[in-house]
Amino acid sequence: MPDASALAAQVFTGLVIGGILVLLAIGLSLIFGLMTVVNFAHGSFYMLGAYFGVFLLGLTGNFWLSLVLTPLMVGTIGVLVERFLIRRLYGRSIDDPLLLTFALSLVMVETVRLVWGRIGLALDPPRVLAGAADLGFMYFPVYRLFVIAVTAAVLVGLWLFLHRTSVGLIIRAGSRDALMTRALGVDLGRIWLLVFAIGTGIAGLAGILAGPMRGVYAEMGVTIVIECFVVVVVGGMGSLLGAVLSGLLIGQVVGLTTFFAPKLAEIAVFIVMAVVLLVRPSGLFGEAGLME
Amino acid sequence: MRVSLRSAAAWVAAHPILCFVAFFAVFPFLVPYKALATQVLIFGLFALGFNLLYGYTGLLSFGHAAYYGLGAYGTGIALAKLQVGSLWGGLAAGLALAGLGGAVIGFFCLRRRGIYFAMLTLAFAQLLYFIGFHLAEVTGGDDGLRGIPLHPLTLPGVSVPLDAVLPFYYFTLVLVALAFAGLKRILDSPFGTVLQAIRENPARATACGYDVNRVKWLSFVFSAVFCGLAGALDALRLSVVPIESLFWTTSGQVVMMTLLGGAGTFFGPFVGAATFLVLEDRLAVFTESWPLVIGGIFVLFVLFLPRGIWGTLTGGLHGR
Amino acid sequence: MDRRAFLTVTAAGATTLAFPHVLRAQSKEPLRIGCPLPLTGPFGALAADMQRGAQVAQDQLNARGGILGRKVEVLFRDDALKPAVGAQRTKELIENEKVQFVVGGLAAHVQMAINEQTKKSNVLFISTSQSDEISAKPDTSPITFHEALNPTITCRAVGGWVAQNLGKKWWIVYADYAWGKQCNAVFQETLKKQGGTLLGSTPYPLGSAEFSAHLPRIQSARPEVLVSVTPGADNVAFLKQVTSFGMRRDIKIAQPLHWLPQAKEGGPEIYQDIYAGINFYWELAETVPQVKRYVDAFQKKHGIPPGDYSCYSYSGVLEVARGCELAKSTDAMKVADALRKNPTYDHYKGKQWWRACDNKSFQDLWIVKGRGPGQTKGDWGLLEVVARVPGSEEQDRTCAEKGHA
Repeated sequence: MPDASALAAQVFTGLVIGGILVLLAIGLSLIFGLMTVVNFAHGSFYMLGAYFGVFLLGLTGNFWLSLVLTPLMVGTIGVLVERFLIRRLYGRSIDDPLLLTFALSLVMVETVRLVWGRIGLALDPPRVLAGAADLGFMYFPVYRLFVIAVTAAVLVGLWLFLHRTSVGLIIRAGSRDALMTRALGVDLGRIWLLVFAIGTGIAGLAGILAGPMRGVYAEMGVTIVIECFVVVVVGGMGSLLGAVLSGLLIGQVVGLTTFFAPKLAEIAVFIVMAVVLLVRPSGLFGEAGLME
Repeated sequence: MRVSLRSAAAWVAAHPILCFVAFFAVFPFLVPYKALATQVLIFGLFALGFNLLYGYTGLLSFGHAAYYGLGAYGTGIALAKLQVGSLWGGLAAGLALAGLGGAVIGFFCLRRRGIYFAMLTLAFAQLLYFIGFHLAEVTGGDDGLRGIPLHPLTLPGVSVPLDAVLPFYYFTLVLVALAFAGLKRILDSPFGTVLQAIRENPARATACGYDVNRVKWLSFVFSAVFCGLAGALDALRLSVVPIESLFWTTSGQVVMMTLLGGAGTFFGPFVGAATFLVLEDRLAVFTESWPLVIGGIFVLFVLFLPRGIWGTLTGGLHGR
Repeated sequence: MDRRAFLTVTAAGATTLAFPHVLRAQSKEPLRIGCPLPLTGPFGALAADMQRGAQVAQDQLNARGGILGRKVEVLFRDDALKPAVGAQRTKELIENEKVQFVVGGLAAHVQMAINEQTKKSNVLFISTSQSDEISAKPDTSPITFHEALNPTITCRAVGGWVAQNLGKKWWIVYADYAWGKQCNAVFQETLKKQGGTLLGSTPYPLGSAEFSAHLPRIQSARPEVLVSVTPGADNVAFLKQVTSFGMRRDIKIAQPLHWLPQAKEGGPEIYQDIYAGINFYWELAETVPQVKRYVDAFQKKHGIPPGDYSCYSYSGVLEVARGCELAKSTDAMKVADALRKNPTYDHYKGKQWWRACDNKSFQDLWIVKGRGPGQTKGDWGLLEVVARVPGSEEQDRTCAEKGHA
């Protein structure tokens, strides 16, 4: 029977897994909530973040600077993608952006391979974050505590942005009822650009955060995009609270199944999703009628 | 020039089965090598099954690899592990398993709609992948199911070996043509009309008194059977069933092929399969970045040719 | 022009048209060898290495007149690490390009799909992939040869050395798929033979980059050696996480194989003092003359030293040549018989030989460890040779165990 401290250790590591998933899920949910766009390329933006992180670190030698600049760089790519590709699909079938972003992710992965080669890259955390902290019941890597802290900071920042600024108000209104918001004279086009940039930028941040833990390689976004979709669907497409809670939940599910039933770990998330969807039609917090 | 291309496409669309058989009878001699033609036929069938659900009923599934995989494993296990001695027996096993899978999975997934439906289909497909991966004594696990024998074709009075490329191709063509004719029969029937009504406006279809849920479920099952036949034939073609048959990337491929060719059209799936596979085959010889080219082409299609090659040619004839 | 003259001219013209055909039949058609490799996908770097090795072999063969007077052409195809794609590319190579031999495959499941095609078409296949099944019944065949190491050989050799030199209390972490499970089983069997103790063994889903859930439990068990059966990108992720959890202080780490591209990707900080087996390492040129010859030739053509997997395709192509020359034929069965009758060869590192019952290549391997930061030599001097394990048929399962009578 596993002892309490080992269990506590697993819960903590589940928080880290959940942290990365939450960052990815909120971006995806934000984009879907406002634009009804299912961004299959989200994992590729995550991957771009890791690669840009290595590039910037090599250029500036400063991890903190790279950490700040990477989401900006990735967000810029997001802006270009929205403006020149996704915007053209406005008014068409709801499946079209999904298919476009699916194909786009193929293009992004191959381009990265062409530019940076087929061997993955190394991304090392700064010295001050290396090493392990004594939490009493276990030694926990300082860097992972940092990841948890950054995730929390981003969530707080995002909440403040959405609930305390006028742009945030427009975004929330647009998610609730795009037609009405437009009728009130708001130019949703620029808001779309902003939301897509924020969503992909946060994905890029997740990438540079994950790089030191998991390595940087072109395929890193492919597997995580599916997990990320599961998280968003379980939470309810379009619900940010759902994305956060679901991300933390799935993180724990992965951590604990790895501990108790390692063979089931890869299927556990799908079972959770199937059960949630069959019990609650639109996920935990999703609104009925969305995306039909 | 464009007008005559359109009217040619219209003529073809009006005589589908005839044109299909005539074209594919000579197809092996048009492509770089004959084995490619067999691959196109089988994936065209897979896309045809998917198209029934997506293009005609309007339901986007992320997990169609499940039925292709069930068909492949059903046939493979019957022939390789259970030592079923007949080709027909093997095929029947694959079809039955795929149909059963479609019936069960469809029952659960159709309780939800839109993206939730799609994600549920994905979840079930991944579940099957997981089972196939770990049930290694039965399925071969991630090494794949190997050693599938290709028994000769037995008809009353004659036994035809299918080992060479062309005999197997024409055998496949007969079965795929039957499936094609079957699909036409389905779509021309009252059932088929209701299907397309559901795609256009589910609420109105319900208001007209149709049992929409039952129709959707039947469409799901038919779709699964067509995809299962494709899987079964592929098991015979490759002599192995790779575990990737059940993975979501296989589902993604069939979606791409259907869209490339044109969803909601008869020939779309085959045009899409041919384009995708021939492109992939020839590109891969020249460059290792062929996924980049294919992805780029697909992006362009979604942007500018959303109705696919065949859909754009026949433009408006089949509605979508 | 009258009718007779017309007929004469036409006949002359027809003969002229036929003449080049006659000429073509007399001149030698190149001998084509198919080489499917996962050029796209996560193992692209290893595949590129294998491609380079095959190219060196091709050049060397053509420099000395080709095979049976025919120019050698190695045709590379991308199998995308997928069995269905590998099978299709093999069909294309056989039907369209008329290859008579196939050397290649990196992933076990892909090479078995390739093997089904080569068996069907009576084409000789030399597999360059790690797999226990390819040389055993029912997958193998008289024209299926296995050049590379397999999990049994690798893990018996590495496991034996590790138990004798690093410690006898182990924890094994392994990827939950065929190769991982095979390595796990062989490691456990070897440990038991050496009188060691298995403290625990943890499977994980292949491709999962997150190991942190397992590490606390391993830490508390206090093993002497942590055996990591983590291929590809998992390898780097696992070692990074183990290092960041502070586990490197007290625990030695060993793995079945080192792959040079992964070592480069992870960097010397992560790979320092990680012990593993390897079929070839270029710095052996200092002590082994055959290695020096190969390294020099490879470096001359490609500008970088050869990696471990390049040797498999290099040796495989040369074995095709040797078999054809011995058999004086390109017929698969005749070449296979010739190789079995003359099993000994030595192309890049020392004596190798084919075992008659299962066409398995036996060969030397080495134990290497990663060099730390500051100790690496140039871009590719990332490993240090620790010991040599001479090839022996005891390293693999017996013929009977593999299903051969």
